[in-house]
Amino acid sequence: MSFLAKYIGQKVKRTEDPRLVKGIGHYVDDIKLADTLHVVILRSQYAHAKIVSINTDAAKTSPGVVAVYTGADVAGKVGFVPCAAALPGLNVPKYPVLADGKVAFVGQPIAAVVATDKYKARDAADLIEVDYDPLDVVTDAEASAQSDSPVIHEEFGTNVAFTHQAGTGDIDSAFAQADKIVKEKLNHQRLAPISMEPRGVLAHYLPGEEQMTLWSSTQIPHLMRTQVAIMLGMAENRLRVITPEVGGGFGCKLNVYSEEALLGWIAMQVHKPVKWIESRRENFQATIHGRAQVGTCEIAVKNDGTLLGLRYNVTADLGAYLQLLTPAIPTLTGLMLSGCYKIPAIQMNCVGVFTNKMSTDAYRGAGRPEATYLVERMMDCVALELKMDPVELRRKNMPKPSEFPFPTATGLFYDSGDYEKALDKALAMADYQKLRAEQAEARKQGRLIGIGVSTYVEICAMGPSIALPAGGWESATVRVEPTGKVTVLTGVSPHGQGEETAFAQIIGDMLGIDMNDVLVIHGDTSIVQYGIGTFGSRGLAVGGAALVKAAEKVVAKAKTLAAHLLQTDEASLTFENGKFVGAPNDKSVSIQEVALAAYIPHNVPEDFEPGLTATHFFEPKNFTFPSGTHICVSEVDRETGDVKILRYIAVDDCGNQINPMIVQGQIHGGIAQGMAQALFEEVVYDENGQLLTGELMDYAVPKAHQLPFFELDHTVTPTDVNPLGAKGVGEAGTIGSTPATANSVIDALAPFGVTHVDLPLRPEKLWKLMNN
Amino acid sequence: MKISLSINGTSYDTDVEPRLLLVHLLRDVAGLTGTHIGCETSICGACTVMINGKTAKSCCVLAVQADGAEVTTIEGMAQDGQLHPVQEAFWEKHGLQCGYCTPGMIMAVCGLLKDNPNPTDDQIRHGIEGNLCRCTGYQNIVEAVKYSAEKLNAQK
Ligand code: FES
Ligand code: FES
Repeated sequence: MSFLAKYIGQKVKRTEDPRLVKGIGHYVDDIKLADTLHVVILRSQYAHAKIVSINTDAAKTSPGVVAVYTGADVAGKVGFVPCAAALPGLNVPKYPVLADGKVAFVGQPIAAVVATDKYKARDAADLIEVDYDPLDVVTDAEASAQSDSPVIHEEFGTNVAFTHQAGTGDIDSAFAQADKIVKEKLNHQRLAPISMEPRGVLAHYLPGEEQMTLWSSTQIPHLMRTQVAIMLGMAENRLRVITPEVGGGFGCKLNVYSEEALLGWIAMQVHKPVKWIESRRENFQATIHGRAQVGTCEIAVKNDGTLLGLRYNVTADLGAYLQLLTPAIPTLTGLMLSGCYKIPAIQMNCVGVFTNKMSTDAYRGAGRPEATYLVERMMDCVALELKMDPVELRRKNMPKPSEFPFPTATGLFYDSGDYEKALDKALAMADYQKLRAEQAEARKQGRLIGIGVSTYVEICAMGPSIALPAGGWESATVRVEPTGKVTVLTGVSPHGQGEETAFAQIIGDMLGIDMNDVLVIHGDTSIVQYGIGTFGSRGLAVGGAALVKAAEKVVAKAKTLAAHLLQTDEASLTFENGKFVGAPNDKSVSIQEVALAAYIPHNVPEDFEPGLTATHFFEPKNFTFPSGTHICVSEVDRETGDVKILRYIAVDDCGNQINPMIVQGQIHGGIAQGMAQALFEEVVYDENGQLLTGELMDYAVPKAHQLPFFELDHTVTPTDVNPLGAKGVGEAGTIGSTPATANSVIDALAPFGVTHVDLPLRPEKLWKLMNN
Repeated sequence: MKISLSINGTSYDTDVEPRLLLVHLLRDVAGLTGTHIGCETSICGACTVMINGKTAKSCCVLAVQADGAEVTTIEGMAQDGQLHPVQEAFWEKHGLQCGYCTPGMIMAVCGLLKDNPNPTDDQIRHGIEGNLCRCTGYQNIVEAVKYSAEKLNAQK
């Protein structure tokens, strides 16, 4: 494939945008069906309690109320909320869609009120009386693993859901040979993904046809169809999941929640459309959280900076129940513990524990930001210990481009990389030596300037099927219509990533047509062939690869017909700019003309199958491993502890870029989220399991003036894992920015002897450190 | 309660519950779903509209308070099939990804540029602090605001 084409590689404006800037796109709550009933869910106010009784009498007779359902109504009728991740010996608690006699976190659904409008449904929900018998609560993950902790799921007799060991190499001898062992305890705080559009479900059941349509704000329409059909005991092909516009996901919509099956079941009871739209408070309480690991890392190192081994003993806070991928997230951390370095021996010992909190699961980066933060924070600690420049320590341990595919002690093969190239570019942009000199000068004047570097690698384009519970391939159909317009059906489910544009660019170039003649359809299981969805930076790198393969099949078929139409030999035909040109006399026929001839097959080769359409299911042979260097320069205010980001430089390598404008946008947004983890955000529960950060008032999603201008550049190291050479970019910014920002602020505090501070680095915490 | 108001130049006479939020009137009664809801607690700004020429968060205004008012929503911005310069700028500068914050953001930017036609970067960032975007990191929104300012100033 050529990458200096008309569309591919260009900053093409997005085709999605006109409808979105006009406010006429349709998110779930914008879809209005006649006679829709509204559902409001009553949720647990206790973190851990037996439900003694529920009285719904007053609610049932409240104006406008059609029905009220509790756990007793759905028990045995709606299946449990699914967990798809399988680990040996995993304890999977039963997770009913409405609580069955017991609640284990604040926000757990207890009852559903169905009414003619949402105000009336809320009024009635207030009339439900729940008699709770509170149980002892455990919110601290490390305490939860202890034998004297209250047990959340009695059937297991422990709060330990699983133990998991990862890594290879002789870890004991690595530590025995070390000149120095550097050890630090690190906390990855709990975060809330906060897509600006909360979740929402609209369900409509047609009893005559025995078919249901479920509109859901999700990243995985097909996987949801399968799971919800199983939960409802319904044939999968009678359930249609439609994903309209989705207002952000960041992993929190890569899930199957109680509400999807519950709404489906209610629609089957009331025979009218039913809608539930999550409030922001519910979103904080009952949409998955991310991160939440606490552990100790030890690094074995030689005096010259050569890394010998890394050990990470970690407790992962899973929350009260397992959502779709909850236990899989810490395993991804284990895979990425080598960072972009040669570390011959690595070992992770992970304990996954239940706590009386909402489940954790995939949040932008999903396990990899934890690994990168850990490795990059430790690199700074090691550099400090060895009195080495943190950049030189990193450089010393990086594999050279010739060492790829690079095998890690975590069992991976990094596909391709040139880590020093990005590092050098970032250092040049920052003018690193000069910065260090300026920092020294500023320190003399009592100013607290910090410089933080993070060189990262991430695992993307999820991924080979063997590594994913539901398979990791992706599908695409390219359908050239009789008029020559092209319809693309993709199994990915974009929700802000702009794949309608990127995919039209690819088809525009591959078929030599105007990209505006391409319509990309996604997120409707009755229209699109089965797909996996959008997550793990896979949309382009796996979904786009499937598209390329499908388009190649279409071109191949068209070529056969073109040769027939031109009465020439297929081998002599070239295809350029949408035209098949034949030797020797340069007669040509356009792809549009070929399409028409394929649908009106009056003049076709013998045995020619009419039509011009092809589907491809692309199975990647490996993950991809994007990488890069981020540098953050910050200043801490000595008086207030306030952090000001002075400069932020990011050089990322996501392989080939289809639309650099979209790539940059993804990196901007990613950096913002990662920096917010470093500086502002934290989900806080008190010791009773009450959620203290339950609204946007209390949870610090960054505002525009709290973020800096990001200076971006890139390097291009293509991958051979897919035909686009693209590695994926959705999570890169998030992964690189948390450690770069943290390292910078902690470096600023070096005059106070500070070597590590847990995130978030809020002014109060920093002020205390400086004034202790 | 009976109220009458104008939304994007169309008059509505309607009977509403006193507790009905303006954003629900816009979305559910007038069917204008471009005004989004992201929090209902006046933090996120997804519901931003213009009331009598001033920006307001419609999740924190009762419909009855808008009695007699002229309300402009995102659907009222494009004229004769032409995008408003601020809409154009968001498209041009990639100022949106998922698009959920976008209508409210565009309304807020219109208000900002009305008060300050030539804002600095810092004034822009502070000027949109009532609107959260989780996708863009704001950088391209800032670019879009600058581009909008240029376009609007050129029209004068
Ligand atoms: S919905 Fe009005 S400010 Fe968030
Ligand atoms: S574009 Fe998604 S929240 Fe702003």
